[in-house]
Amino acid sequence: MANEEKAEGGFEIHPFDQFEVKNLFNDGPVAWYSITNVTLWMALAVVCVFLLLVMSTKGRAIIPTRGQSIAELAYGFVYKMVVDVAGKDAVKFFPYIMTLFMFIVLANFLGLIPMSFTTTSHFAVTVVLALAVFITVTVVGFARNGAGFLSLFWVASAPLPLRPVLAIIEVISYFVRPVSHSIRLAGNIMAGHAVIKVFAGFAASAVIAPVAILGITAFYALEVLVAFIQAYVFTILTCVYLKDALHPHH
Amino acid sequence: MADDANSVAEASGAGMPQLDFSTFPNQIFWLIVSLGAIYYILSRTALPRIAAVLAERSGTITNDIAAAEELKLKAVAAEDAYKKALADARAEAQKIATETKAEIQADLNDAIAKADAEIAARSSESEAHINEIRESALSSVAEVAKDTAAEIVATLGGKADSAAVAKAVDARLKGGAY
Repeated sequence: MANEEKAEGGFEIHPFDQFEVKNLFNDGPVAWYSITNVTLWMALAVVCVFLLLVMSTKGRAIIPTRGQSIAELAYGFVYKMVVDVAGKDAVKFFPYIMTLFMFIVLANFLGLIPMSFTTTSHFAVTVVLALAVFITVTVVGFARNGAGFLSLFWVASAPLPLRPVLAIIEVISYFVRPVSHSIRLAGNIMAGHAVIKVFAGFAASAVIAPVAILGITAFYALEVLVAFIQAYVFTILTCVYLKDALHPHH
Repeated sequence: MADDANSVAEASGAGMPQLDFSTFPNQIFWLIVSLGAIYYILSRTALPRIAAVLAERSGTITNDIAAAEELKLKAVAAEDAYKKALADARAEAQKIATETKAEIQADLNDAIAKADAEIAARSSESEAHINEIRESALSSVAEVAKDTAAEIVATLGGKADSAAVAKAVDARLKGGAY
């Protein structure tokens, strides 16, 4: 599509340039230890977590300041989610889930700053996040329930002849989880940013510019929503998977 | 579509940057570092602190609610005491009023009885007096009648035997002429 426009009106549209991983201080190849834009924006996310949850709660006020209110809201939001979805005994995974949520939500929002780099738009990042959840859930499931964890795949409430078929489906869906878990996040973020970039490319023409700018504005609003919702979805799915590990019986 | 892919490939050098595996170790390394840092910050400082603040707040709220409850009970007790005092005062007033009324009634009864007695005494005295007057009047009437009769008899030229005249008048008076 971008190519057609380019052919017609000479637009310069490179919606994927924004996702490039580059060295910050030299132009050489990206090694595993290089300081890249990934490093910068992940570090900014860590700094934001520090500012939001540590600096703002310094007062430990009974009547919270605005910053402390945000910190408490974030805490309450994730804590309630963990307890409601995964159960009381999942509370010891709360710091882990809170880490995932804070990282994703801040990476998503930092990515919405113009000219920024969105770390969560990369499969490398989301796949690691999703695999971490998958491995945690599997390990915890077997450690807690032993072979009983396999009853997750054996639907005892279904009629006996159906159970082997359901077991196959359950096993497949179990192993698809990390794939959907990671692609959902990266895909949503990447698509939104690419669409905004395409609209921005069209803004080069004075005729289409008003429509393009309107489109950018609308999509930006949508992306603000998506940034939060995808972080929420990732976190709540983590809780759902964790519940399977803690209580595998349907 | 193939054209499109080519143009993108030209633009970014190697297709989607997401699929450029040469940058994966870098991203994964920094992701693990960042997650570790966030986990450290959260589990060491942020989460215990926020949990403490929330617990403290809910404790304070619970205490305040308990204190408010206590004060409310005290207020209710005070109100009850006040109502009781009011009721006592009312009863006392009622009692005093009844007593006073009875006292006044007794005084009144005394006075009425006394007045009645006096009235009775006076009226009997008056009656006696009236009877006396009546008696004397009757005797006066008889006397006058006798004198008048004697006079009339004398005037008519008869010889008035005063004894006979008196007898005749008495007879007439006794005959119930009046």
